[in-house]
Amino acid sequence: METLNTASAMATMATQIRRDVLRMVHAVSSGHPGGSLGCVDYFTALHFHFMKHKAQPFNMSGGGEDVFFLSNGHISPVYYSTLARSGYFPVPELATFRKLNTRLQGHPATHEHLPGIRVATGSLGQGLSVAAGLALQKKIDKDPHTVWVVTGDGELQEGQIWEAVMFASHRKLDNMIVAVDFNQKQIDGSTGDVMGLTEWTSKFLAFGWEVLEMDGNNWDDIMTVVPQAQSKLGGGKPIVIIMKTEMGQGVDFMMGTHAWHGKAPNDEQLAKALAQLPETEYKDY
Amino acid sequence: MKSYEILGQKDTRSGFGAGLHEAGKRNSDVVALCADLTGSLMMDAFKDEFPERFIQAGIAEANMIGVSAGLATGGKIPFAGTFANFATGRVYDQIRQSVAYSHKNVKICASHAGLTLGEDGATHQILEDLGLMKMLPGMVVINPCDYNQTKAATMAIAEYDGPCYLRFGRPKWPVFIPEDMPFEIGKALMLNEGKDVTIFATGHMVWKAIEAGHMLAEKGIDAEVVNIHTIKPLDRDAILASAKKTGCVVTAEEHQMNGGLGDSIAQLLSRELPTPMEFVAVDDSFGESGTPDQLLEKYGLTATAIVDAAVRAMSRKA
Repeated sequence: METLNTASAMATMATQIRRDVLRMVHAVSSGHPGGSLGCVDYFTALHFHFMKHKAQPFNMSGGGEDVFFLSNGHISPVYYSTLARSGYFPVPELATFRKLNTRLQGHPATHEHLPGIRVATGSLGQGLSVAAGLALQKKIDKDPHTVWVVTGDGELQEGQIWEAVMFASHRKLDNMIVAVDFNQKQIDGSTGDVMGLTEWTSKFLAFGWEVLEMDGNNWDDIMTVVPQAQSKLGGGKPIVIIMKTEMGQGVDFMMGTHAWHGKAPNDEQLAKALAQLPETEYKDY
Repeated sequence: MKSYEILGQKDTRSGFGAGLHEAGKRNSDVVALCADLTGSLMMDAFKDEFPERFIQAGIAEANMIGVSAGLATGGKIPFAGTFANFATGRVYDQIRQSVAYSHKNVKICASHAGLTLGEDGATHQILEDLGLMKMLPGMVVINPCDYNQTKAATMAIAEYDGPCYLRFGRPKWPVFIPEDMPFEIGKALMLNEGKDVTIFATGHMVWKAIEAGHMLAEKGIDAEVVNIHTIKPLDRDAILASAKKTGCVVTAEEHQMNGGLGDSIAQLLSRELPTPMEFVAVDDSFGESGTPDQLLEKYGLTATAIVDAAVRAMSRKA
């Protein structure tokens, strides 16, 4: 697997992943580009830099390596592109996204045995519990590796999330780093309008977590805050990064609105979007 | 009708507790989770001997199912225990997505199922759990009939790789299955060979079916009594062979008629061997508070009800 060591190298990969995301959802006129685009930089940083993982052969149990879980499974385009680009499965397979007989289901699933996916997610609120279970297994088996998780901020409205937050703290799962995609948008509008629960930092602190804040679309911030989060591993508390992102990041007309949460661009919109993200050395699939 | 010696009166949940303890001794990958009902599920022996493998999940069943899926992903064999209504209806989507669809090796262990929970009433007396669980693709569904069979089933599912639902109950109930009888997932257990009518029974109703078999014998009716402990996968061959031999069928279960064992057998027979059939089950109703015996009587889950159903079924034979 390719490891990228500089922010500029990662930024190039991130541009290519953004192109993948847009082309994937455009091809089937469905899927979730908005949150995917917002999380591209963090996915890239984890899979190409911070995580100690091996793509080949894919090991479902994740023993002896870092493990990643996507709890808000609807941002599957960024997940699939990142997995393919980091070697879990062939990049051309991205063209099968959401099509009949694909391994790249609309929401991530293990059912078709896509390498890299360890549990189905999509019905929100469940992935964090599963990640906590694997983190606990690593504790029991004295495997020192890290469990990384991404959740949505709208997803925090699910009650099960807080069951898992409570559990992880109670069990001192200090081998987990959870990033909350704090884009403040969900299907029906802004998170504040839909269900005005904010103050995430104080809530996680009250539950006994280590809390960091980060701009998930700023490479300097990512390269500073993620190592800070890693420095807290083993400290007796689970770790959360409140990761501010911009839904639709990288495409001007998709930013600043929740409209592109679950809507694909048409031909004209795709061309306009791709013009803002020139093809890279990694090439389109 | 073959006579079965009552070896004792024990609750099936204690069979689960004993089986879990034994499974834990045999395999260090076995872990147990419980949502604040450790004593009720008789999990103390496991907890005391393997505290590092016992996980108290608190009153947070949805998270317990997810954590179990994560533990299974990492190679553990989690047994997640709580009352049957909290183990199924409350967490159906968690089981569906994180366990069944993801094909995780999680054992969902459900106690206090059915009317025989008794005085706590209908909020806790789930009668829909077998239906909920059997609809999930790939889910094994088991409802053993006594202490020994529950203990053996618990050990058997530890050795099976895949999601399982194990249902058991609270009341002390006749023990008659030999202690050393191995449990074969998906294999019907012939309890009495007969020629006039087949009684397919599961869970607590198996003993009622044996009692009914004796009552039928007094009427000169030779009943075949078959224990279907595994609702899914169903032992198609055994069911079809028995139905073909006797020509009429009664099912008996402590569950809703909709969605239970009777439903599964009716579907099989209607496709493969249409056969007159009667159902002893709860008929589209919630339960209520009362003693187990009072409730079984009121809701028609008795040996007498099985006898009456058998006579009706026989009268419908061509």
